[in-house]
Amino acid sequence: MSLNHSEPTGTGTDRVKRGMAEQLKGGVIMDVVTPEQAKIAEDAGAVAVMALERVPADIRVEGGIARMSDPDMIEGIIGAVSIPVMAKARIGHFVEAQVLQALGVDYVDESEVLTPADEAHHIVKSAFTVPFVCGATDLGEALRRISEGAAMIRSKGEAGTGNVVEATRHMRAIRAGIKRLGTLDETELFVAAKELRAPYDLVAEVARTGALPVVLFTAGGIATPADAAMMMQLGAQGVFVGSGIFKSGDPAQRAAAIVQATTFFDDPSVIAKVSRGLGEAMVGINVSTLPESEQYAKRGW
Amino acid sequence: MTPPTIGVLALQGDVREHLAALRATGAEARPVRRPGELAEVDGLVLPGGESTTMAKLAARFGMLQPLRDAVRAGLPAYGSCAGMILLADTVLDAPADQETIGGLDVTVRRNAFGRQVDSFETEVQLAGVPGPPLHAVFIRAPWVEEAGPAVEVLGRVEGGPADGKIVAVRQGRLVATSFHPELTGDTRVHALFVELVREVVELVPGARAMRARDHASSAGAGADAGSEGRTS
Repeated sequence: MSLNHSEPTGTGTDRVKRGMAEQLKGGVIMDVVTPEQAKIAEDAGAVAVMALERVPADIRVEGGIARMSDPDMIEGIIGAVSIPVMAKARIGHFVEAQVLQALGVDYVDESEVLTPADEAHHIVKSAFTVPFVCGATDLGEALRRISEGAAMIRSKGEAGTGNVVEATRHMRAIRAGIKRLGTLDETELFVAAKELRAPYDLVAEVARTGALPVVLFTAGGIATPADAAMMMQLGAQGVFVGSGIFKSGDPAQRAAAIVQATTFFDDPSVIAKVSRGLGEAMVGINVSTLPESEQYAKRGW
Repeated sequence: MTPPTIGVLALQGDVREHLAALRATGAEARPVRRPGELAEVDGLVLPGGESTTMAKLAARFGMLQPLRDAVRAGLPAYGSCAGMILLADTVLDAPADQETIGGLDVTVRRNAFGRQVDSFETEVQLAGVPGPPLHAVFIRAPWVEEAGPAVEVLGRVEGGPADGKIVAVRQGRLVATSFHPELTGDTRVHALFVELVREVVELVPGARAMRARDHASSAGAGADAGSEGRTS
């Protein structure tokens, strides 16, 4: 109960940061690179847009160092839409995150899609007013990010491939990790915390509640309405779609279809209906043919 | 007495938290995504989330008109944050084509307190809610810029740059707050709404059955309520 008057007040509290992600649940967050794309995303029913300079599929093709986007571009997108705007900072690049906060973005994605700026340390996210979302491949990684202050977790998947197999693996791994904790006794939880390389308190909390203490979305390789619905059935609370929309034949229609499939993820008749006549999906990449240096999910630790 | 059945519009947003808060007050709570489900509830909660997304999904799935009809016909409704926007007759700082359900004679400004970095927690004293002030969580929240004569102001922000702004209102069977009581574990606002629904159910005992009958006749014999009005 919150009749307790010692509760924190003001901006940048855990509840305000995590609560923001609660408002995005059941929704689709779309990668956009221009204000025009942001408008298309908003019109299609996106709950937020992710402003970035190049979608992951193009980062893969063009190579080079991928960094935070141009502030002018981010401001242009903030000015174009009324829904929340997120933006990506490199792993460990706390100054990029400071800049994004100063620009007024609503959520920072400390993202493996960009080239990492620090090989050992993630950003200390609890020090910021703006909330952060971070990628995770399993429960231990999710809990490490939460202990650093992440207010939302997403699967990493393998962005820019149009191949959902890695996102599936991560969603199943996180879910299995949570289930397993529920079967352990108190003594075993200490060992589990050691194995997960995560703080004991967080491990014990997940064991008790049977859920992460923050919202869990999915990301990486989602290209079709059925992909989005599958991730929701696997326990995701919402979906990030990157290259899948604006690298497809008819972005506006595909965007709307993925939004509808995410809401009605448990109704195959709706998914069938919205999957019709969408034109070309993005061209996919088989993850197993990617050299290790190009596998984004391996970035971060 | 059987508890009232209260739906939570489940197109997008923090549906689960509202369901939990309603159940904690003794109501029967269920998600509502389709016209047939709307016809089976005594009251409706419009959750927090993105109002643009909810309005677009409602329109695409043939829910917008049934929602408007139900509210106009006297279905009790409570909206938090995005839900307040959906209940407002007039919305400022919204995309030009944003539609609402309407019913509350208020002008609401979206994202009125600023962007996410301006989201905050504070105490708000609410008329009609006994006990100490509510701990209120404002997330990219709207406020009520103007309220018509029939609208009762239940609460205002005290202190800070938004001092005096209206953040909780009631008009007849409609209640709205800018903030999110569903995120705090304090169920007093939900209890207030459940009590309102209970009174309406006692006053008009056949209302739900009538709506269900109307829905069944308009959906046509043998039509699946779930697929009604679906368009792409």
